[in-house]
Amino acid sequence: MRLVAEQNGEILVVRAMEDRIDAACAIQFKDRMREITQDNCPRVVLDMARVAFLDSSGLGAVVAVMKALAPDRRLELSGLTANVQKVFRLTRMDSVFVIHAEVPDGLRHAG
Amino acid sequence: MACMAYPSAAHLCAQVVIPADPLAVREGLKALFDTILLRSLPEDRRGTAEIVLAEALNNIVEHAYARHSGDIEITLDLRGPDLVCRILDSGLPMPKETLPEGRLIARADVSNLPEGGFGWFLIRALSRDLDYRRVGGRNLLSFRLNTQQAMV
Repeated sequence: MRLVAEQNGEILVVRAMEDRIDAACAIQFKDRMREITQDNCPRVVLDMARVAFLDSSGLGAVVAVMKALAPDRRLELSGLTANVQKVFRLTRMDSVFVIHAEVPDGLRHAG
Repeated sequence: MACMAYPSAAHLCAQVVIPADPLAVREGLKALFDTILLRSLPEDRRGTAEIVLAEALNNIVEHAYARHSGDIEITLDLRGPDLVCRILDSGLPMPKETLPEGRLIARADVSNLPEGGFGWFLIRALSRDLDYRRVGGRNLLSFRLNTQQAMV
């Protein structure tokens, strides 16, 4: 599970580099996210633009990461592809997360 | 893993047999979605099919084969506007030989958000004619997916 993180001020952008977050890698995803978000960045944006497929295990892992950061820190999402968006919408998790169409402005080329 | 797609006069059909583990599910789905049958579906319908099939297969790996290993046989038939899906496994039967309800749990606050239990909800929301039965000591799960109109 490859995740690439870059920090810009108060925001940590984590890019999921795999095309799926599924039952085969959900635990690994959760563990890697826990490591990456150890530093106290108040906002974490998970960029899922490359993720074409997310199953319920993947969704559970994203929810678990969000709960681990709460209540002091926020997990936001960006770049949801059509099929991933469908899973969030059907399970009504789209109302739980702050979801950006793309990585918030000014952060796309952050390094 | 064996995967084949064969056209006949009446319909297109594809079948794959995989061992029950999460990586094999991933590979099996990849093989199925590379078949002529599934490549012929509109993008949105392919996406829906992958969600439902993945949830059904993950459930079998996690629960039916919780105590022993075995195979899962997936057969897809295109019949008119419907993709007819049949999944057979030799694992444990469903509790009370009944399908889980798969209701979304009403959420209270972030700390109480469910991290699971979405699978059967998604299967029920996206499929039709969902049926489960024990056949000759095996589990047979079947359902239909509309391949033409967007259901959601």
